[in-house]
Amino acid sequence: MHEMSIAMSIVEAVDAKARAEGAGRVSEVDLLVGKLAGIHPESLKFCFSAAAKGTLAQEALLAIEEPEGVGECGECGMRFPVTFYYAECPDCRSLRVTIVSGEEFLIQSITIEEEGE
Amino acid sequence: MCDTCGCSSDGGAVLRKPGENDYHVHVSDGAHEHTHTHASDEHHAKPHLHEGQHDHAHGNHHHEGTSRKVLLEQDVLQKNNLLAERNRGYFEARNIFVLNFLSSPGSGKTTLLEKTIPLLQKRFPVAVIEGDQQTTNDADRIHALRVPVIQVNTGSGCHLDALMVNRAVKELDLQDDSLLCIENVGNLVCPALFDLGEALKVVIISVTEGDDKPLKYPNMFHEADLCILNKIDLLPYVDFDVAKCRENAMRVNHHLEWFNLSAKTGEGLASWQEWLEKRLTQH
Ligand SMILES: Nc1nc2c(ncn2[C@@H]2O[C@H](COP(=O)(O)OP(=O)(O)O)[C@@H](O)[C@H]2O)c(=O)[nH]1
Ligand SMILES: [Mg+2]
Ligand SMILES: [Zn+2]
Ligand SMILES: [Zn+2]
Ligand SMILES: [Zn+2]
Ligand SMILES: [Zn+2]
Ligand SMILES: [Zn+2]
Repeated sequence: MHEMSIAMSIVEAVDAKARAEGAGRVSEVDLLVGKLAGIHPESLKFCFSAAAKGTLAQEALLAIEEPEGVGECGECGMRFPVTFYYAECPDCRSLRVTIVSGEEFLIQSITIEEEGE
Repeated sequence: MCDTCGCSSDGGAVLRKPGENDYHVHVSDGAHEHTHTHASDEHHAKPHLHEGQHDHAHGNHHHEGTSRKVLLEQDVLQKNNLLAERNRGYFEARNIFVLNFLSSPGSGKTTLLEKTIPLLQKRFPVAVIEGDQQTTNDADRIHALRVPVIQVNTGSGCHLDALMVNRAVKELDLQDDSLLCIENVGNLVCPALFDLGEALKVVIISVTEGDDKPLKYPNMFHEADLCILNKIDLLPYVDFDVAKCRENAMRVNHHLEWFNLSAKTGEGLASWQEWLEKRLTQH
């Protein structure tokens, strides 16, 4: 399950950032995972909770935003929604389509708690 | 625990060499430690480092503290991508042409290497990195050709990453102006996400797999530079439409180069060899 090693790299980056910020714990992690990125959000969430055990992010909520795929036609410039890599321009039928959105895979932000015990 | 050396490494990748039973190297980036805070009597619990991971009985004692949002905007695969670029720089500096071979298990990656290497060996030094979850079987097959080879056993991991390649390269005796073939773990999903620092990605499918494979695994075909359709000797016995498969692949990636061949009978190997030699001399 490739989501596991990906979850581990997310946890590692989040934990490092939280430490650098002097956080007590991380309450939320905001991810951007485009619909064409090849990642299943549900299994990623599952793996994240396992990977986060024993780190500052162990109780964090993983919030995933999933931008839709958008293609741009290389012939006529039209922009249109795509659900797959093999997009065809609905206007001129060209296959020279560039994906302009939907491939994102970013940690956008984290919410940290400056724990006051 | 590692069965071979008894160290506490768990689940990480291990490098092995054919015929050297004692040899093994753990791939680790030294990030085993982690920092965390303990609930303690102190007002501000101090972070500390220690080995391994453990669960914390933390209890539900989280107090209302200040909460703030910190922007990262960091690529999830950034760490791998940075290391892959370092690998790439090293390969370019030494003029080593690196191919990353990707396919489902059994499509014929190892067989193709066994057939290709003897054709090139006289003119170009070749070395191989073999990725498999377990066993050194594939590395043993390559070792029989008398080229430098190292096996990466990924254990539970289902793909190679840039760190494993970085470590494997340090254990291999690579020559300048050579070809390095990396056989990835048999899997068409996540190896597409992990750049190793290769020059090109070669995806292999065989005619026993179904001509809609490029549509089922679009990310892989989108990332690949070259597609090899293998086992064409079996075409008379299977229901596989070569033209349709190629068309499907081109819809996902219209820059994809294409070869039809049989690693078993050798049919089609000549044009693949010619392409490789051209790349190696231009390189
Ligand atoms: N008929 C036929 N069998 C092949 C061909 N190439 C590989 N094989 C067989 O397919 C099986 C898997 O091959 P292997 O190279 O181990 O696949 P890998 O898992 O991708 O490395 C073996 O039994 C090979 O002999 C081919 O071109 N034609
Ligand atoms: Mg193999
Ligand atoms: Zn158009
Ligand atoms: Zn060991
Ligand atoms: Zn501890
Ligand atoms: Zn606490
Ligand atoms: Zn994987």
